[in-house]
Amino acid sequence: MIEIDVVKRIKTASGEVDMHAKVDIEKGGFCSLFGKSGAGKTTVMRLLAGLTDPDDGIIKISGKTWYDKKNRINVPVNKRKCGFVFQDYALFPNMTVRRNIEYASVNKSNVDMLIDMVGMTELKDRKPATLSGGQRQRVALARALAAEPEILLLDEPFAALDADMRNTLQNELKTIHDKLGVTTILVSHDKGEVFKLTDKVYVMDDGVITKVGSPEEVFTDNTISGKFKFTGRVLKVEKADCLYILTLSIGAEVGHVVATHSEAHDLSAGDRVLVYTKAFNPSVRKI
Amino acid sequence: MRELLSPLILTFELAAVTTVLLAVTAIPFAYWLSSANFRGKSIVESITGLPIVLPPSVLGFYLLVFMGPHGPLGSILEQFNIRLVFTFEGLVFASVIYSLPFMVQPVQAGFEALPLSLKEASYTLGKSKFQTFFRVVLPNIKPSLITGIVLSFAHTVGEFGVVLMIGGSIPDQTRVASIAIYDQVEAMNYHTAHFYSAVLFILAFMVLLTVNMVNRKISGKTI
Repeated sequence: MIEIDVVKRIKTASGEVDMHAKVDIEKGGFCSLFGKSGAGKTTVMRLLAGLTDPDDGIIKISGKTWYDKKNRINVPVNKRKCGFVFQDYALFPNMTVRRNIEYASVNKSNVDMLIDMVGMTELKDRKPATLSGGQRQRVALARALAAEPEILLLDEPFAALDADMRNTLQNELKTIHDKLGVTTILVSHDKGEVFKLTDKVYVMDDGVITKVGSPEEVFTDNTISGKFKFTGRVLKVEKADCLYILTLSIGAEVGHVVATHSEAHDLSAGDRVLVYTKAFNPSVRKI
Repeated sequence: MRELLSPLILTFELAAVTTVLLAVTAIPFAYWLSSANFRGKSIVESITGLPIVLPPSVLGFYLLVFMGPHGPLGSILEQFNIRLVFTFEGLVFASVIYSLPFMVQPVQAGFEALPLSLKEASYTLGKSKFQTFFRVVLPNIKPSLITGIVLSFAHTVGEFGVVLMIGGSIPDQTRVASIAIYDQVEAMNYHTAHFYSAVLFILAFMVLLTVNMVNRKISGKTI
């Protein structure tokens, strides 16, 4: 259980504002902070990790106080057990993949298991400079997990990757989270990512949390009372006579959907869409 | 032969001791300068950089006044029967001050160029400032460290004005190679002057060549 209730003066796109963040996160959960650049998402993560000090407030993790302005408590970064995956990965250039993870590890016997889990066994003796973005990302994740954190903080971890790699790593992250059950907070400005990975989303705007809920509640238009709803990504938009055929990727599947001109005219490859149906009953067959 | 080699041996002793002392003191100082943000930081940085622009005789003169038996430092040390002027120890002290910017500036630049996230990552992984400094920060600024160490060493080998002011030319005590060359030329003894000069010349070239090669190798470029 994470409780953050802090005030911090920050510089945003619309000038200096007082950031108020009140966040409650269940242990083992996977939540996200969503918002525009400069909304204060990264600041919340830094406050939580202890890399930045708030001006006022309280931060409590599972009953332990990490920060309390009134009682002058401020647990230093290195005692907080907060795994942080940085946007630039921050791998130590002087160490190999294995040494990076070993440096962080609490339990040396887990090092090989972690390397294997992120699929870096073949490359474990390489230095970070020789790795691709996706590979660095994997090492950064394994390294953060090696320190056995109570909370894992991911600051736009997939921002610098291409769409395919992002997709693959999102799936891997989901699997790893389900396996280890580490409380995870993801900073993202990608709705698809938020939908795919997290079960609770905090929307931030100018330093204030404006909406909280499941990704469905927060992002989908509530006027749609669909019986079936999926989010997918548009892969291709083709015109066929007076209709459009959309090729969509939904989860791991790729399928075709027919769309009218009014539905399809502002769609292009890469867009996130909600696919829903109301009037039909789907057929179900045992497989 | 012993007499011939003495200035060279003394020069390298002085340079080695100075470099070791600078490594121990100036590297933490540079680290502090790179991470601290305080009022008057540019004043501290300017004072540190003074030996680069001041004529060595000016620096030597003030150090002589400061370290002399009637100077602020000299009079205190006098009570403990320690004298710095015209001794090897005095030369070391003066050389440390004289070569300080040559260690501080490259090392500070190295610290400042290191992404902050590396340190932060280390802290979030549960490591102390001490562990972070020795295992993450220092190993990742190796080229700057090598540059700082070599420049301090080479600069101390090449100093003349400060040494002359503080140490004079006492054989086996303060007569380093650069002073010996001057003495030999004054005595019209060109042969010996040539010998010392050639040794310093070749050595200086070898040192710079080695540093450049090592730095290119570290940064992955072709030699």
